[in-house]
Amino acid sequence: MGDHDIAVLGVGMHPWGKWGRNFVEYGLVAARAALEDAGLEWGDIQFVSGADTIRNGYPGFVSGATFAQALGWQGAPVASSYAACASGATALNAARAQILGGLCDVALVVGADTTPKGFLAPTAGERGDDPDWLRFRLLGATNPTYFALYACRRMELFGATPADFAKVKVKNAAHGLANPNARYRKAVTEDEVMASPVVAEPLRLLDICATSDGAAAVVVSSLEYAQRRGAGGAVRVAAISTVTPSYPNAVIEMPDFATDSAAAVAAGPVTFRDAIAQGAYAEAGLGPDDLDLAEVYDLSTALELDWYENIGLCGPGEAEKLVHDGATTIGGRIPVNPSGGLACFGEAVPAQALAQVCEVAWQLRGAAGERQVEGARVGLTVNQGLFGHGSSVILAR
Amino acid sequence: MTTKERVAAVDGWFTLDEANPRLLGNRCTRCGSYFFPKASAFCRNPSCDGTEFEEVPLSNRGTVWSFTTNHYAPPPPYVAADPFEPFSVAAVQLPEEKMVVLGQVADGVDPATMRVGDEVELVLGTLFEDDDHEYVVWKWKPTEGARSDG
Repeated sequence: MGDHDIAVLGVGMHPWGKWGRNFVEYGLVAARAALEDAGLEWGDIQFVSGADTIRNGYPGFVSGATFAQALGWQGAPVASSYAACASGATALNAARAQILGGLCDVALVVGADTTPKGFLAPTAGERGDDPDWLRFRLLGATNPTYFALYACRRMELFGATPADFAKVKVKNAAHGLANPNARYRKAVTEDEVMASPVVAEPLRLLDICATSDGAAAVVVSSLEYAQRRGAGGAVRVAAISTVTPSYPNAVIEMPDFATDSAAAVAAGPVTFRDAIAQGAYAEAGLGPDDLDLAEVYDLSTALELDWYENIGLCGPGEAEKLVHDGATTIGGRIPVNPSGGLACFGEAVPAQALAQVCEVAWQLRGAAGERQVEGARVGLTVNQGLFGHGSSVILAR
Repeated sequence: MTTKERVAAVDGWFTLDEANPRLLGNRCTRCGSYFFPKASAFCRNPSCDGTEFEEVPLSNRGTVWSFTTNHYAPPPPYVAADPFEPFSVAAVQLPEEKMVVLGQVADGVDPATMRVGDEVELVLGTLFEDDDHEYVVWKWKPTEGARSDG
């Protein structure tokens, strides 16, 4: 355990779904659940760190203050972070910096979202200088378009097949069956995946995660504070990686039209997605062999397979074998997405990275019920936000 | 009027030369890094403090890095055909610039015939139309004999 550890005193969620209510309501439910889990009162919280949503107007941009006001102003300083899908990890990192800097003892981190139906679209208005607007306008490149480019590449490089991708969905659906916070709790067969409509070749509807409403919250503290409260054995945050890419980033990323050019500077051997988990491993002094489970960002089934390699569970091209052999199923060598992942949750952008942290915390406490990974002591989350945001958290006990 | 005026869907990103269109990027005069869309004011190479760029036409041929076909209409600001027709998007590796550039695949290309590694060339195609104009954008089209490995 390193010098940068903090304690996870409490975690909580509002169930994922398509509830159609204000995101603040969800955040409040998650925050109160995390406070109750921590055995703390709202008035005990010394810092509030919000993960922003950009689809819910001004309150979403100042989420730290929005949640603080909803819980009832009590004077605590706030911060609000936006890093796309990585917002939750960035907000957690802001809280950790306050704690490790000795500026506060205990902090509340909250992310919540209300999403529209269908594809995530750019924010409204005619914005010819915004690549996120332009990629829709000039290319019709939705998020699944990019996921499909990675999936097609994987098929070409490694001989992956749509059936391999479907196996990931089948596994995650089975994992999420008993998760009370998951939106989709229904077993899915490989045939059902393969029979669902094609969205972006080679990905079908059941290969791609939905967009959801939901919220997740975490109460974190210094180790000293945890000990004073008799929670010295609490799950710890051992690392938070919020790395950005290194130039030249040679893999096409949302929402870009092109990669960086490697004409003047050669691209290094480590891709951005590799660097995200490597940053967390380096900070924690741990490696892939130390993991008991991982929560990875399965925006698509194929992308989950990419993550296996990016976080070092196997070498390039070996991910299909892991899922075939059941290694990443609960009960296997290294269960991945025991929560059910985005396949069962759908994506609630600012809440999702925190939801990953909640799941790993429950797993390490042995409190994950029917989806428990036996004896789990170390877990990793990984995710990536568009515009170059890495997100990986290692939790340990 | 039987023909609508063909105008670029975005200004300054490509030439409207129907026979030999080129993407317009730029290159840092100090370190030689290419950018598309064009960089301005600052070079993104962290070891370069360049601030001046020369406009360059990018390679008009490259190889397919990956591709996909969208079967659902993207949301606005994309202007989808009505009724919607699936369209393909390719990520193309440019040899000289050592970068991958996205573009729609030219109309009429059957994606079932495309493969990663195929050679493609830049063409102009219609993105959408209104009463008076055809809005034109760059597209990638497989070359004759695109398949290098038969």
